[in-house]
Amino acid sequence: MAGLEDLYREIILDHYRSPRNRGELASPPAYRVEGFNPLCGDEIVVTFEIEGEAVSDIKIGGSGCSISQSSASLMSAAVKGKTVPEVRDLIHTFKGMMSIHESTLPGAGEDGEAADPAEPGPPDIEELGELAALQGVVKFPVRIKCATLGWNTLAQGLDEADAAGSAP
Amino acid sequence: MANVTGPAEALDVTLLRKDFPLLSREVGGHPIVYLDSAASAQRPRQVLDAMREYDETTHANVHRGVYRIAEEATRRFEAAREAVGRFIGAPTPSREVLFSKNATEGLNLVARTWGRTHLGPGDAILLTEMEHHANIVPWQMLAEERGFTIRWIPVTDDGLLDLDQLDRLVDGVKLVGITCMSNVLGTLNPVSEIARVAHAAGAVVVADGAQSVPHLPTDVSTLGCDFLAFSAHKMLGPTGIGVLWGKEELLEPLPPFLGGGEMILDVRKDGFTPNDLPWRFEAGTPPITEAIGLGAAVDYLEGVGMEAVRSHEIALTAYAMETLRERFGDDLRLFGPPDPSDRGGVLSFAFRDVHPHDLSQILDQYGVCIRAGHHCAKPLMRRFGVNATARASVALYNDESDVDALADALAAAGAFFG
Repeated sequence: MAGLEDLYREIILDHYRSPRNRGELASPPAYRVEGFNPLCGDEIVVTFEIEGEAVSDIKIGGSGCSISQSSASLMSAAVKGKTVPEVRDLIHTFKGMMSIHESTLPGAGEDGEAADPAEPGPPDIEELGELAALQGVVKFPVRIKCATLGWNTLAQGLDEADAAGSAP
Repeated sequence: MANVTGPAEALDVTLLRKDFPLLSREVGGHPIVYLDSAASAQRPRQVLDAMREYDETTHANVHRGVYRIAEEATRRFEAAREAVGRFIGAPTPSREVLFSKNATEGLNLVARTWGRTHLGPGDAILLTEMEHHANIVPWQMLAEERGFTIRWIPVTDDGLLDLDQLDRLVDGVKLVGITCMSNVLGTLNPVSEIARVAHAAGAVVVADGAQSVPHLPTDVSTLGCDFLAFSAHKMLGPTGIGVLWGKEELLEPLPPFLGGGEMILDVRKDGFTPNDLPWRFEAGTPPITEAIGLGAAVDYLEGVGMEAVRSHEIALTAYAMETLRERFGDDLRLFGPPDPSDRGGVLSFAFRDVHPHDLSQILDQYGVCIRAGHHCAKPLMRRFGVNATARASVALYNDESDVDALADALAAAGAFFG
């Protein structure tokens, strides 16, 4: 049985207790997008600004469990200052980590959700740095949606920004 | 059969628990502490056995074959209908008890048949702020189509319906939808009192009995509603079957709900003639094995006695409220009526600033199963300014040791989150 320490790593609890980039940017000019987890009622509001190629600023609002909030906090710290293509790569890699079958993780025991064949192949977890602390979430399949909530919300925001940017 | 006790006698929970195979399993090295019966109850061996015995000896489609087992299957299926009708005091079960998929489908059935033929632009209906989504969304869907408005009975800080404005709110409405017991707060609503006011105003009353029918004696004639929906799986029965009871005179003129086999008397190329009650509302092959299981669940509950179930649960709820208050004081905020006699065995709470989802995760490490989330009652969550609550709910097979295990696990969760 997966232990709580697999889920609640110290860095996760730290980001939960002291979330980074907390708040909301004025929108407009910032892009603003809301994400919901209908399972548990978690809500996340991601506001971000794009200057040139880069995500120049990002803030996280809303409320939810330690996993959704810390994951969004870690995400905000990781993407700030990166170019949009880099952020998209990171989202891709992070979601890849969340879709690994748990039996491939060290110390895995019980059955988990099968990896979605539509999801990307094994990601390079090394490049995720601090975000790798969230890989234990995969052992708790119900919580994967918590961990990916902020990321899916940001991805949706980038799509909207793209659509808005390509408009006249 | 279950341990039979008189109404005043305490339940022998230790003996009764032996009827529930799942309750003897362990989770992560701990005996399971199942406190989520408001979501779905566990089934006694008597229900599981009845379903298997039916499948192994009698199964055939109902209302179709003339051979012996088909006739037996039909007889047993209809006997389950009679048993359910008896259980809720229905005057004519054979015409008024409709089998649905669950309480949700029963409520949708009322919206799609009675609602679609009675509600239109300029009309209004009245719901309460503490309804489950199952008694909100079907009406919102229909309102979009038909253009009527929805009014709301507010909820007080103590989790009771605020009936001060009832006369004004009910004036001119054609339907009142009300839950008998809140699945979040445990609040037992004064359905008969509200039904009296609603009927005086000319409205029909649709009651959601999903939480109350499994835990309280139910008699539709004193309850005063016109429709009552509930689910088998919350009352020791299987999933996949629910019940909608409706007054015969209201059901009789209604059009069918779903179309298909069973619900017709005749089909021609130029049209169809709907079947009589109750089959008009039961298109397609019904959940037969599940009906047998529901019948067995009703027998089981009647064997224990619903008065005894209620007395047990009220005492256990009072014990839980007291224990949580003593051990955690202001660290634990309990939602809902402060007096245990105003509520069923459902306890929603916030524990310090630990998110309910995290709380539930940690409790799971101790084998304690509780629900965390919005409980399909988001308007009520908004009313109390929370996204989610933790919810522990009891049934006849829980006792004080389950409450103590919950409190111990909560203490551990508190220590974990510092």
